[in-house]
Amino acid sequence: MTDLVEVRRGAYYDSVSLMQVSKAVRDAPGISAALVAMATDLNIDLLAGMGFTVAEAVGPNDMLVAFRGEDQAAIEAGTSALDAALAGLKAAGASAGGFGEAPPPRTLGTAAARAGANLALISVPGVNAFVEAMDAITSGVSVVLFSDNVSVEQEIALKDAAAASDVLVMGPDCGTAVVAGVALGFANLVRAGSVGLVAASGTGAQQVMCLLDIAGVGMSHCLGVGGRDLSSAVGGRSTRQALAALAADPSTESIIVVSKPPAAEVLAAIQSYASTLGKPVHWAILGAGRPDLTAAVEAALPTSADDIPVWPQWISESQIEASIDTKAKRSNGFLRGLFCGGTLADEAMIIASERLGPIRSNIPLSPELALGPDLNSDSHAVIDFGDDRLTRGRPHPMIDPSLRLERIAVEGDDPTCAVLLLDLVLGFGSHPDPAEELAAAIAAARRAAASDGRELPVVVSLIGVENDPQGLTSCAKTLQASGASVFVSNARATHHALSLLASASA
Amino acid sequence: MTDISTPASPLISTPPISTPLRGLLNGEPSVVTAGVGLLADALRAQAAQVTEVDWRPPMAGTEADLAAVVGDPRREAANAEAVSRLMSAGAELVDVRPAHECLGIEKGTFFHAGPPMDWEQASGPMRGALIGAMLYEGLAKTPEQAETALASGDGITLDPCHHHRTVGPMAGVVSPSMWMFELKDPVHGGTAFCSLNEGLGKVLRYGAYSPEVIDRLNWMERVLGPLLQQAVRAHGPLDIKAIIAQMLQMGDEGHNRNRAGSLMIMRDLLPSLITVDAPSSDIAEVVRFAGANEHFFLNLGMPASKLATDAARDIPGSTMVVAMARNGTDFGIQTSGTGDQWFTGPADTPVGLFLGNYGPEDANPDIGDSAIMETAGIGGFAMAAAPAIVRFVGGDVPLALRTTRTMYEITLGEHPVFQVPILEFRGTPTGIDVTRVVRTGILPQINTGMAGVIAGTGQVGAGLVNPPERCFPAALAALANAVPDPH
Repeated sequence: MTDLVEVRRGAYYDSVSLMQVSKAVRDAPGISAALVAMATDLNIDLLAGMGFTVAEAVGPNDMLVAFRGEDQAAIEAGTSALDAALAGLKAAGASAGGFGEAPPPRTLGTAAARAGANLALISVPGVNAFVEAMDAITSGVSVVLFSDNVSVEQEIALKDAAAASDVLVMGPDCGTAVVAGVALGFANLVRAGSVGLVAASGTGAQQVMCLLDIAGVGMSHCLGVGGRDLSSAVGGRSTRQALAALAADPSTESIIVVSKPPAAEVLAAIQSYASTLGKPVHWAILGAGRPDLTAAVEAALPTSADDIPVWPQWISESQIEASIDTKAKRSNGFLRGLFCGGTLADEAMIIASERLGPIRSNIPLSPELALGPDLNSDSHAVIDFGDDRLTRGRPHPMIDPSLRLERIAVEGDDPTCAVLLLDLVLGFGSHPDPAEELAAAIAAARRAAASDGRELPVVVSLIGVENDPQGLTSCAKTLQASGASVFVSNARATHHALSLLASASA
Repeated sequence: MTDISTPASPLISTPPISTPLRGLLNGEPSVVTAGVGLLADALRAQAAQVTEVDWRPPMAGTEADLAAVVGDPRREAANAEAVSRLMSAGAELVDVRPAHECLGIEKGTFFHAGPPMDWEQASGPMRGALIGAMLYEGLAKTPEQAETALASGDGITLDPCHHHRTVGPMAGVVSPSMWMFELKDPVHGGTAFCSLNEGLGKVLRYGAYSPEVIDRLNWMERVLGPLLQQAVRAHGPLDIKAIIAQMLQMGDEGHNRNRAGSLMIMRDLLPSLITVDAPSSDIAEVVRFAGANEHFFLNLGMPASKLATDAARDIPGSTMVVAMARNGTDFGIQTSGTGDQWFTGPADTPVGLFLGNYGPEDANPDIGDSAIMETAGIGGFAMAAAPAIVRFVGGDVPLALRTTRTMYEITLGEHPVFQVPILEFRGTPTGIDVTRVVRTGILPQINTGMAGVIAGTGQVGAGLVNPPERCFPAALAALANAVPDPH
């Protein structure tokens, strides 16, 4: 064992730095003990305790260096570690690169405070969504709650808290909102204008805003309120706030309320409230015996009935033949609707059931029509792949279409599938190139049917506008080339699909 | 030449028109996002103003309790009240008195740091400090005798300092003959006590009980305490909160670094101290002792923080932490909304640097009531004010800033008086919110000393430590349980 004890006079480092230096020396090969410290009484005692002796008189402004190595090589290793560590202390100061970035915000509350934000877009898992949304509300920030699987009780609690602090909860399960031209979630790049939407439906709102745009009418804002807002339990809490906000908004001249089938008494109360606002309010409310969304848009257009636009459509050549051919060539079997948009699925079922009778579904119009968990059916059926139960732990089918593409293949092999009715929603938030994959699946299903001696007609509701990143016309042509007929109106698409069914025309 | 004296035309400000939803529809929104990154990307593609939250799931199994507590309609107002009381509390040093006099503690009773424990659970340094206190009080002649008596429990009562308006650094052992600082909160009327700091190295609070330790305690009882008492009484109340505010602007964070605070308290006391009725050699020794001890002020900062957190106790629905304390075995926290209940877990061992030849195996798990500093928004929470501290973990200056900035994620307020110059005098992050700790998984950052694991060793190092995670879900569950049924 060899000891090295040195006094370096006039060298000053703070005690914390020297603790680091001591550690560096102690870690050198062959060193069993080390202390590098200013010569305070405490440190001299420590040194003595370690078995070192300091021969000369020292004071607190002197630096002590003491270490013990197994041989001379270890002492040299210790010395070079000491020199390197002391040089490192100086270099750290010379190369200091500023103070670093602030860490990213970890909660909505801190993020909103930091950014001075006034709107939160929340898409965390449903089990966590309530807490984040409440944080936003208590921070005075309105919320677009994209998350689904939020309970009705939590929805009511959020909406009551929001009303108390004069902010709006759009959601839960709110896919679509546009605030002052900024699209949140799934939304289309429609032109700016003076029609404000209040939407208890995501894809319903997208259908309405796209049809308005195609008709040359622009939109001021689209305030989603969540698909359950007009239920008896929720009672239109957000719808009232949204209506009041649009009524006070100078850029909004008229309002359209879009909803899935609401509770009758809630709708009546909201309609009575809307009549006090001093701006025209139109109603695009799904339900048996009510106008479909396309008809509701036509009625809301600020033009006379003669000017109702011709809604674009791209009819497949095979279906033009079919429509002019005899009934015998029409397909025997069932309508199968495979949707990403819940409201579009609802609208298709409402229209189709007037002619086909009961339609089975995972979001049935009445409970006895519910499909089993395997979603198989030997009758008319419409499946909403965007339903909560099919999106747990996976992205929405407008982002990840794989589940629906698999089902399209299954229908192609199913001789009881007579017509396939699909939707495809374009715009921000959706898959960047959805038409290619869908067209390939359609073509494959039609080939599979043909190889079995069947003609499988396919009809697509294409919800979009030309300015959408995916492009309306190019998507329509891609789908048309795969053998599908394409409509910008979901109602028109449904009627067309029905016209291709033998049973429908019987 | 420009006439700079010409007044600018007065700004005509139109009063804001009252619009619904706080003006949400008046212009392009500024959006914060949490969750799917694609949705934030879509906003950026529109050149919208967007701030993305670095969101992560909360601590496992806490979803239902979080929803219950966050949905408690009392919570927001309760927390606002709690943090406001914490930050508005004052702290004045009003007296220095023996513990038997000011706390009514009797021989055989010892207060200790942290949550409740018995001798069986006590760690090495805690046992060492209790042995030392037995020797000091004359209840045992030898360490072995003391240990036997403590183990038998006959005539011995162990009780947390926190249950007696008291805090103690490290082992925090308080016995009847020890002299205590007595602080009052003139705003809320509270009182808090803390023992006098013994200095560094081999000291009782680190579990040392050798004759030099006992000799020093005797000198403190005979000379230091009485002289400080005379000086404080002659001076009148000393504003400790004001000193804390100043020390943060002088490179201290108030827990591991108390240099400026210690100098300032001596500066304030000196004129009264030099005129007390005592031999000048005693006065000189008191000044030398206090001056040689960089942590002299810690024992004033701690009761000042205790006053602040005690002022925020017992507010139903509040999820704010009002105590974090360690007894060397367990780490415990208390919240405002759950009374005196402790939520504990095994204390972690600090990570840092070691004195002399000590290493990690020599360090005892985290110990002491000094985490009251972080509970009140300083110490580790004010690390950005004391960049010298980061070297304890081999870090760099950005680490100090990042630590303080990260603590804003789990706190309810920013202290109006305690400020961090390098962060443009931003108030320190104050008032730990259990729900935010559970939501973010960010644990409070504590700066601390390290005691030797073996009784009698003393201090072996200093470093950084966090509370055990489990304290927070446990507190959250109790808070959830206390939410009134809405029906």
